[in-house]
Parts: sequence; structure tokens; C-alpha cells
Amino acid sequence: MADELERPGEGPEHEEPEPHLPSPTIWPFAFAGAVALILLGLIVSLTVTAIGVVLAVVFGFLWIRLAARELREEPEPVEAPPAEAVVVEEEEEPERYTRSKFLEASTLGLGAAIGGIVTVPVLGFAVAPAFVGQEYPDVDLGALDNYPEGEWVIATFTGDEADGKISRRTAFVRYNGLKNEVPSFTIISNRCVHLGCPTQPQGPPGEPADVETSQLPVTLQPTQPSGFGCPCHGGAYDIEGNRTAGPPVRALDRYEYSIIDGSLWLGTPYSVGEVEGQGADALVVRYDASDPGVHVDGPEQIFYPYVP
Amino acid sequence: MARTRSRRRHQLERAVTYPLDWLEERSGLVGAVKYFLFRKVPHDTNWFHTLGSATLTAFIVQLVTGVILAFYYKPSPDEAYASIQMITNDLTLGWLVRGMHRWGASVFIILLFLHMGRVFLFGAYKYPRELNWLLGVLLLVLAMLEGFTGYLLPWDQTSYWATVVGINLNATAPFAGPFLSDFLRGGQEIGTETLSRFYSLHMLLIPGGLIGLITLHVYLVIRLGVTSPPWSSDPAGMERTEVVTARRGLVEPRSRGNGPTGVRGRPQL
Repeated sequence: MADELERPGEGPEHEEPEPHLPSPTIWPFAFAGAVALILLGLIVSLTVTAIGVVLAVVFGFLWIRLAARELREEPEPVEAPPAEAVVVEEEEEPERYTRSKFLEASTLGLGAAIGGIVTVPVLGFAVAPAFVGQEYPDVDLGALDNYPEGEWVIATFTGDEADGKISRRTAFVRYNGLKNEVPSFTIISNRCVHLGCPTQPQGPPGEPADVETSQLPVTLQPTQPSGFGCPCHGGAYDIEGNRTAGPPVRALDRYEYSIIDGSLWLGTPYSVGEVEGQGADALVVRYDASDPGVHVDGPEQIFYPYVP
Repeated sequence: MARTRSRRRHQLERAVTYPLDWLEERSGLVGAVKYFLFRKVPHDTNWFHTLGSATLTAFIVQLVTGVILAFYYKPSPDEAYASIQMITNDLTLGWLVRGMHRWGASVFIILLFLHMGRVFLFGAYKYPRELNWLLGVLLLVLAMLEGFTGYLLPWDQTSYWATVVGINLNATAPFAGPFLSDFLRGGQEIGTETLSRFYSLHMLLIPGGLIGLITLHVYLVIRLGVTSPPWSSDPAGMERTEVVTARRGLVEPRSRGNGPTGVRGRPQL
């Protein structure tokens, strides 16, 4: 029965222990207000943010000071043993403890050194290869004749011959004619800049055909799109890759290109803030290649100061 | 007749207890298991208290089936999908073990959340069990990571594009996001390295972390005792005790006659 399990001293006359509550104070609320001010400032103005940061630091410090008050108070000395006994012990022991202290320190030091020598390269090997020496090899997209002026072509190519099929990617290519006597191309990546699904051209697709190049063959498919759309979450883009609807945060990525021996060569991709104008005369706001969903312009770009 | 029987019985008992005594004398393991099995729990524990053990059981099922699946699975882009097809369609009982692992993953996560809900509603996260709640949160995060990394391994269209979206979701995190996504992909694009690193994370690194944290989690449950339900007449935990830290150096004796050291008081349940 429950009564039998009750411990002595827990009867009705036993006093409830005092609940351990935080002391009533205004500082947490002031701190929260300052944080709200920081967030408001991100939208309104950076001055408000700066004021918010200062207030948050001040109120945060006061809050921590108050909360840590108990810790800062000197603890009461607990039943100090007779002074004589302590003195005797301390006189005897320092000599005995020097060597063991040294051994203790050297064990810890050696252990830390060995651990560091083993851990640092392993961690480096786990992380660094994903960042060092990452580049996009140039890709041969076939002779210029395959790209009629003013027409869109869906080009599916192997991004890296060494990686094989897994690196198959797709770009939308349009030849814009000559600009200053140099051929002009618009090459848009099909990767949606919301979360990376493949966008589709909104228009009737033609017959795909494999075209031989100096590298692996490229599949080219003509199309007449009115824009591009993503099936995953409904992102929509116009014919120059500007966002027209849905969740994407910038315009579709584009590729650099070069023309070598009458062939179109795909270069490095780059991210685009927005595009003004059309075709060969388009003004493209260019940024370093970024992951989908990363803001490259607008106030949100302060959240992504470094892009690997 | 009766005498023979009692002698037999005596011999039999000896045959059983001798190896146990041998083990106990050299390891203390028998006593530890006894302590674990026969420790006191509140008198009104109920079925909700079994959710933690159920989660652990689901995890063990995942562990065993996963290790067996690794016999046959090939984590390379050219072979992964074909090896999954082989496991499902060709190998004897492969469909069953893969099914257990696939559905067991959902069972594990569901039980995890039910267990968390029970702990929350029973107030079992309060003093002195705050640390165990924190360990539980870490376990939840690791379990979700198991789900994320395991989802890619069938290497079909669903898993590929779900992982593309998942990695790019990580990339949108402020400041660290772009680095996190490159680390997960092993580069700028999903490629040959992505699958093998997800495989390694899924079956080596994260399970190792889970096993370690589960050990700590269960140790704390045993040390602090099972929480009684909120309506129970049993106390939910031990009373606050004064903690005396006496140790200063590794070689200094724990006590030098200035009174008891360590945590005073025992769990009182």
C-alpha cells in the first residue's frame, strides 16, 4: 500500500521545502526587448540594430550578474579542522607531491600532444577535401551549328568525365547572334535556386538528339519555352531566369562560356541577382556560385558573408 | 529416494551457480545485473514507463538489421540501386530484413517522440534529471540525422531528390549553411563521394554516437531512479543534497580525514 511506502518525516506536519524560483527581476524582459530590437533593426535600419546590440549586451550582463550572484558569494568555511593539524600535514607533504605532480602533468601533456597529433590530420581529412581544389571542369557542348539563333536548346551533358553518369547536368542554351562581332550565348542552369530541384522549360519540347563532341556525347533538345518552372514547390522564372513567382530567392544561375575551334565550351557556373534587358543586351548582376536558397543580394545577404 | 533427489538437486544447483560465482568473483558482473534487474522502482509505474525501453528495442532492431544489410549493400553510385533491388527481390528473406530496417526507422522515431512526450508530461525532466533530458535531445538530433543519411542509400529518384532538397535546406542556414552543405556533399555537386560519406555517417559515425549517448542515458536512469507518475504518493526523485568536491589533483587522496567526500546522500525512492 502507498501508506507503507511513505518515508518517515513525510507526514502532514512535515514542511514543504521552499520552491527554488528565480528572483523576480526586470533584466530578462529587457534583454528580450533588446533582441527584438535587433531583429526589428535588421528590417528597418542598421542603427536600430546597433542600439539593440548595445542594450542586449548591457541587459544580458546585468541579468547574468544577478543570476550568478549566489556563485560569486564567498562560501562559508566548512568546519575548519584544527589549525595545527593542517600545518603539520602541509609541512610534510610538499616534497612528496612534487614528483607525482610532475608525472601527472607530463602524462596529461603527452596524452594531449599524442591526441592532437592523431586528431588534427584526421579531422582535416574529414573536412578539407570537400572545400579544397573544388572546381568545375570545362565541358564541350558541341559545334556552334547546333545552336540556331534565337532558339532555346536543352543541353544535357556530363559535368565531369571522371565522375561519369552521376555528374549529368542540364542547361538551357540560347544563341543570341553576334554582339560586337563576337557570338553571344545565354546559358542558364536548370537547378532551381529555391532548393535545387530541376526546373522545366514551359513549352513544347522537340526531338532530342545525341551530338558527338571532343568529350562525351551531349544530348540536345530544341524547345520554345515561355519561361521556366520548378515542379517541387512551384517556383517560376521568366525567359531570362528572373523569378516571377514562388519561393526562389534570386534569378536562375548561369554559366560562363567560351568558343574554341568552332565549339561551345561550358565554363564555371555563377549566381545571378537579377537580369535587366534581354538576350545579348542583358545586364546580368553576377555573384560567386552559391547554393540554392542562399540570398546573394538584398538585406538577407548579411547572413551569408562567406561562400566556400 | 527423497535423499537422492535432494542430492541431485544440490548437484544441479552447484552446476548452475558455480560458473556464475566464478564470473562474479572475477568481474562483479552478476551483482551488477542483479542490481539492475532488482532495483526499486515506484509502486505505481505504468505502461507509459516502457516507452524508453521500447525505443531502445527499436534501436537494437535497427542496429542488427542494418549490420546484416551491410553484407549485401554496395555504396557506389553505379551499384547501389542494383544491390537494393537484389536484396529486395533475389536474396532469401532480404525483403523481410530490408522491410524491418525501413519500417523500423519510422517506428524508432515515433517511439522516440512518444517517450519524449511521456517524460515531458510526467515532469521527468526536472531536478535531478535535467542532464538526462539534454542527452535525450542529443539522441533525438542524432536519430534524425540517421533518418536523413539513411534516406539517400536506396539511391532511387525519391531518395536522390529528397537529399538534394535536404542538403540545400541546410545550405540556407545563416553563416554556416553554405559550409555545411559542401561538407555533406563532399564538394559542390552531389557526386560519387556523397553516397559513400552518407553511408559512412549512417552506419559508423552516428550509430557510434548513439550507442555512447544511450549508454550514458541508461546509466543516469539507473543512478537517479525511475520517476514516479505525477499522481503518485512516492517522491519523484531524491532530495537536494549538498555536493562536496574534494579532489584537486589526480594523485591527491580522495579524503584526508576532513569529512566525507563526493555526493552525500542516496536516491531515496
